[in-house]
Amino acid sequence: MSRIGKITRRAFLVGAAAVAGGVAFGVYKVRQPIPNPLHPEEGSAMSAFLIIDQDGVTVVSGRADMGQGAQSTLAMLVAEELDVDWESVTLAHGPASAAYYNKAMLESAIPGADYNQSSWLRAVGESLGEVGKLLGTQITGGSTSIKDGYEKMRLAGASAREALKMVAARRLGVALDQLTTEGGAVIAPDGTRLPYAELAEEAATLEPPQVEPRRRADWKILGTERPRRDMLAKVTGTESYGIDTRLPGMKFATVRMNPYLGGAMRRFDPAPALEIPGVEQVLDIDGGIAVIARNTWAAFQGAQAVEIDWAPADYPADSEAIFATIAAAFDDSPNSTMRDDGPETQPGTEITAEYRLPYLSHAPMEPQNATALFEDGALTLWAPNQAPLVQQRAAALGAGIDRDKVTVHTTAMGGGFGRRGESDYSNLAARVARQMPGVPVQVTWSREEDMTHDLYRPAVVARLRGVVEGGAAKLFDAQIAGQSLMAQVVPRMFGFPGGGPDRSLVEGLFDQPYRIPSYRVRGYTAEFPLPVSFWRSVGSSHNGFIHESFIDEMAHAAGRDPMDFRLELVRPESPVAAGVLEAVREMSGWDQPRRPGTAMGVAMCWSFGTPVAQVIEVEDQDGRIRITRGWIVCDPGVVLDPVNLEAQMQGGMIFGLSAAVHGQITFADGAVEQWNFPDTDGLRISGAPAIEVRALQTNPHLGGVGEPGTPPAAPALANALFALTGTRARELPLDRTFDFVL
Amino acid sequence: MPIPLTINGTARQIDAPEETPLLWVLRDELGLTGTKYGCGVGACGACTVHIDGEAVRSCQVTLGDAWGEVTTIEGLGTPDALHVLQTAWLRHQVAQCGYCQSGQIMQAADLLSQNPNPSDDEIDAAMSGNLCRCGTYNRIRAAIHDAAGQMQEASL
Ligand code: FES
Ligand code: FES
Repeated sequence: MSRIGKITRRAFLVGAAAVAGGVAFGVYKVRQPIPNPLHPEEGSAMSAFLIIDQDGVTVVSGRADMGQGAQSTLAMLVAEELDVDWESVTLAHGPASAAYYNKAMLESAIPGADYNQSSWLRAVGESLGEVGKLLGTQITGGSTSIKDGYEKMRLAGASAREALKMVAARRLGVALDQLTTEGGAVIAPDGTRLPYAELAEEAATLEPPQVEPRRRADWKILGTERPRRDMLAKVTGTESYGIDTRLPGMKFATVRMNPYLGGAMRRFDPAPALEIPGVEQVLDIDGGIAVIARNTWAAFQGAQAVEIDWAPADYPADSEAIFATIAAAFDDSPNSTMRDDGPETQPGTEITAEYRLPYLSHAPMEPQNATALFEDGALTLWAPNQAPLVQQRAAALGAGIDRDKVTVHTTAMGGGFGRRGESDYSNLAARVARQMPGVPVQVTWSREEDMTHDLYRPAVVARLRGVVEGGAAKLFDAQIAGQSLMAQVVPRMFGFPGGGPDRSLVEGLFDQPYRIPSYRVRGYTAEFPLPVSFWRSVGSSHNGFIHESFIDEMAHAAGRDPMDFRLELVRPESPVAAGVLEAVREMSGWDQPRRPGTAMGVAMCWSFGTPVAQVIEVEDQDGRIRITRGWIVCDPGVVLDPVNLEAQMQGGMIFGLSAAVHGQITFADGAVEQWNFPDTDGLRISGAPAIEVRALQTNPHLGGVGEPGTPPAAPALANALFALTGTRARELPLDRTFDFVL
Repeated sequence: MPIPLTINGTARQIDAPEETPLLWVLRDELGLTGTKYGCGVGACGACTVHIDGEAVRSCQVTLGDAWGEVTTIEGLGTPDALHVLQTAWLRHQVAQCGYCQSGQIMQAADLLSQNPNPSDDEIDAAMSGNLCRCGTYNRIRAAIHDAAGQMQEASL
């Protein structure tokens, strides 16, 4: 704490973040304060995270809600320090501002496995995190919201509380240490209550006092079951998602872009569209068309009716050719060798296998959309998004104006899963709006446009070699080839090159807590312009499957129980990871006699700072297979919001199982073959297992919860299917090979 | 020619082409945005509303074909006067992103009106047309059982 020294009020947030990091490498620019972006008309902005007014306390978070509940958890962190009634806390998403930069996101960009990072490496990561605000990475993703906010939000709450007490002490003429706080008020020894609202304005003028956040043993809100603040709106249909934005005089529109992704539009004929009732205009938006109409449905009809001549795309035309191009990357030198332990050969029984995983769409329930108003050379944008500053840049490009002329409003999101960290929907809305000055326009994509114009989870090919001897693993050698995500995402989001070793291709594969004498992981990148992007747990989603399926193959080759086999490799490397495996073993009744006709599979993956072990049970029902039950044990270090943690783990597992059973995006003649949910579905309630969740708290570092539930789901299912049927799934989706009851 | 339709108890005259699906009449013509668009092809259930108490996919019913009184999530209950299912949804903290939940709740209301005490299999059969990409199914099931219990208690 002493290292903070004197900081100005405006610099407070930055100072607090630096404290959280515990390091300051003296990078001057990085330490420069960022202006507080909040200028509330009423009430006082205590910091970029807190507004106190007559109506209570509003916690402003830079993190968006896409369903993961992070805003609510962030508010709990503030409320814990501030002594306000949970029911009086309101949540709001902050404006696009570098003040909300996500430090934890940048931290996860450093090389090395998370589970064994030394304090020194963490310090470097944290100082890298500071650079985040220079890049403007106000991003919701990477399961980092809570990691990022854990210190910041508590310090914001504590500092505000002390400032409010200072004002009260002065007004009442009472010593500071005589005052307490409770229920949104400062309480004097004689019982006098001074509500925060009456103190806030003056408190905001003080230099923020520096105080330690409360000890965990004293927590009253964190770690307890609290209802999410957005729940009432979400069960009454009153939550306003991006697609629900309604402005006076607003027009409804849709877009139809080249199905040969990234290809140009040669010519189009709007005439058939203009005959459709309700269609008002057809616009050329470069690479495709927009249809403006009285309602979205008329716009959809119009868009289909326009006759368009498309130029081809610049990637291989069908899935077979795409996979051949990916596999050809093995012939080049590796893009990364992030694990390289022990000799290249080991004596024992060798097994080899090739795995192949498809592209995946995100398919959040709310299709892509954004609403824009272009007026007097400036653009206002309402977008359900995970990265407001990225939207600002994309919308500015779309409207042909400077970034500082774009105002971004972030709405609630009907799911994100990584899709809404991209900004194509904002860019296209801006291209439409600039042609309609003074008229607000909502641009909604049809589900078909959304699914066929996604930026997909990369497809990969992996070649595995393993050696077992005396019942144990001696060698694990994985080579994986796929498109480089970073090479695409970094230039697209930030406008500078993103080359170099791509960690996202190999995460979940090189960084797992197994002790194997020879352990080697190499990544090979194939470069072609088929759009790929983040997806819930990204690399760990494919690599969790590859790693944990092949470990299962090795256990089988070694003649061992897959749980025992894993535990023996994991225990010497990480007691935390062994802990989740042992707990899931006990919880699932792994060692109990199995019900006839059933089988279980296990998988474990450490991702986003949290190890998660899962067991899936499958049952043969008259020759068809039902996914009956699932068990999840995670260890995020500290459980802050238990209700939401359980939801995220269950949702993460369902998301992983959905992809494993049904998920695929394939290409024919240059275009995506899946158009809507009937073509690539998610699990339904009838096919979803009953899931039990347990959270351990032995991990010394705080981990994420939004994504780590996804990677182990697919391999746990595939391993259960192997145990039931003897058929090893090395390609996904599984519904190509197995007949499920869904 | 405006088309007459009663929505959430209010008689309206709707001036829109009769082939417009009810979903878009509700959302874009009338501003009732609680009913959601997810797929437009009857495959996700996000657009579920009631016509004369029966759950239908509003993306599959045109304005001209709407054969009875329409109830949307806004008409089922309000933040101040919640339907028993909405109370159960709150108690079980069902929603994640929440986008599918209007449809889930409307579908569940139809189920409970026909079957006051459904088994797990009956819940599965009735609810499998409603996709939730966030994976809230365990809590949906628990909330439906809970609401069924509340309704039975209330009727005793
Ligand atoms: S939008 Fe009607 S069923 Fe999907
Ligand atoms: S809660 Fe997000 S789709 Fe169901």
